Amino acid sequence: MSDATTDTTLRAQGLHYQLGARTILEEVSFDVRPGDCIALLGANGAGKSTLLKILLGLLQPQAGQVRLNGRDLHEHSRQQVARQLAYVPQSHTPSFPFSVEQIVAQGRLPISGLGRAPSREDWQVVNQALADMQVEHLAGRVYTELSGGERQRVLIARALAQQTRLILLDEPITGLDYGHQLRLLKHLQHLAAQGYGILATTHRPEHALESANRALVLHQGRLLADGTPHEVVTAELIARLYQVEVRQIECSPYRFFVPSE
Amino acid sequence: MNSNPKRPGLDHRERWIWSSAALLVITTLLSLGLGRYAIPVTDLAHFLAAWVGFGDLPADRFALLHSVIIDTRLPRVLAAILVGAGLSVSGAAYQAVFRNPLVSPGLLGVLSGCAFGAACGIVLGLQGLWITVLASLAGLLAVGIGVGIASLFPGASILILVLGGIVSNALFTSLLSIVKYLADPQDQLPSIVYWMLGSLGAVDTEALTWTAPLLMLAIVLMCLLGRAIDALSLSDDEAHSLGVSVRRIRYGIITLATLISALTVSIAGMIGWVGLLIPHLARLLVGPRNAALVPMSALLGGSFLLAADDLARTLTSGEIPLGIITELLGAIAFVLVLNRVRRGWL
Repeated sequence: MSDATTDTTLRAQGLHYQLGARTILEEVSFDVRPGDCIALLGANGAGKSTLLKILLGLLQPQAGQVRLNGRDLHEHSRQQVARQLAYVPQSHTPSFPFSVEQIVAQGRLPISGLGRAPSREDWQVVNQALADMQVEHLAGRVYTELSGGERQRVLIARALAQQTRLILLDEPITGLDYGHQLRLLKHLQHLAAQGYGILATTHRPEHALESANRALVLHQGRLLADGTPHEVVTAELIARLYQVEVRQIECSPYRFFVPSE
Repeated sequence: MNSNPKRPGLDHRERWIWSSAALLVITTLLSLGLGRYAIPVTDLAHFLAAWVGFGDLPADRFALLHSVIIDTRLPRVLAAILVGAGLSVSGAAYQAVFRNPLVSPGLLGVLSGCAFGAACGIVLGLQGLWITVLASLAGLLAVGIGVGIASLFPGASILILVLGGIVSNALFTSLLSIVKYLADPQDQLPSIVYWMLGSLGAVDTEALTWTAPLLMLAIVLMCLLGRAIDALSLSDDEAHSLGVSVRRIRYGIITLATLISALTVSIAGMIGWVGLLIPHLARLLVGPRNAALVPMSALLGGSFLLAADDLARTLTSGEIPLGIITELLGAIAFVLVLNRVRRGWL
């Protein structure tokens, strides 16, 4: 199982990724440490999803490398990576009607392997993860019949069941209702405080300000900023990223953006 | 939540699997008694007891029953069970590999490959076992070509694989047409056509002693791979991030499923619908987990094809090709299943 004492770090060094003649990522370097709750901001097409895939070892960068605990990602077996790094995809529709608890139990695959059925302990972890994401009542339901927001929470429960120290999330709050957005962000904060390293892509600058303790900004394939959300996420940044003019309203400790007339 | 962390609802799954196993045993016993020389259940029980060493029968009666039950009917019954189980299991596996519940074992070209191989064998004047061998090899070759075409494109996705299968299917269908065109229309062409209708009437006992153990082994192996097959229903990215080597598993399962369907075709010719219908039915009863779904498909498929073959050989004094019976029964049964399919392939 995951070892809380080792300092689990994910480090991107000089990542460069090109698709044909188009450069998607250029010289991207940063690291994710335990305790980090990182919001990764960027416009559509800025390279966020590509970056996530490279961090997970799904895509191979043309230059640079990803290091997990000091070793190149590809020196680890896939199973070793999966025991330290969990991934929450955007909610999707699988072809077969697996139940919610079966989906969450997939999170135990890196630990139990394909050879044996989940053990009693595995089911305990699964039930705890369901409880953490407040989806216990859905346990026996068919995943394909859930709403988008419910599916998203089930996928996060699966990542929790993986019991990794690092979790990468692809737009986790997209599709959630307001209450669940706030609860999820709180939960991510809480996990970071417990020593998890969290990195979540997002389209909402407020998300970074409200819950993250670090903001990374990708702009046209380059890392534009890496710092505390209050330093990084400003009206100027939003103008530059999204080509919209906004007014910044300070309401300490919060900050809001409203469209400027 | 529940105090028992084991998943709830396992019991009803187990109940279905045991009932299907019982159904298969009963169907087998009835089928051994069915035929032009009908044997009542009591006689059958007496004979089976005597055969394994309990009780005794008059020697001439024993010899008669032995010849009818063991020599004549058992190979055919066995072949029907194995072919039905094999087609269903490979259908379930293909559906998981392609993440599509409408896929049947023919998708990657195995059936057209087998048909081509068998037609070649018939035209070349080969006999029983060699037609079987040639059909199986051509079936494997066809899938190999389909997969080979797909692997020309790096990072081949499932869609490319399907397209590779379509190319290979078309290729072997046209090759089959060439062989049919060249075949002697008086005697070779009809046997190619009859072979392709699918039948257990001409099961070659010699070939069966080779194919049956292999087929049984492959089916059991597939039943044991349920959790690996489950992992294939994940998207590639998800499976990778859960530490599962998707490509290895995918090609391993495709190879095993292809071997199984090639063997079934080489035994019984083309038998449609079973590989599509039975996994659906099994999914309705035990859900999508392959650890339960694959064995359930094997049991139901065995019973289904055995019952269909009983109809094929007893409905008329002649013999109706089995493929026709399964298509008729299958079409009706599938409409009933469709009613449930609206609810997300349940």
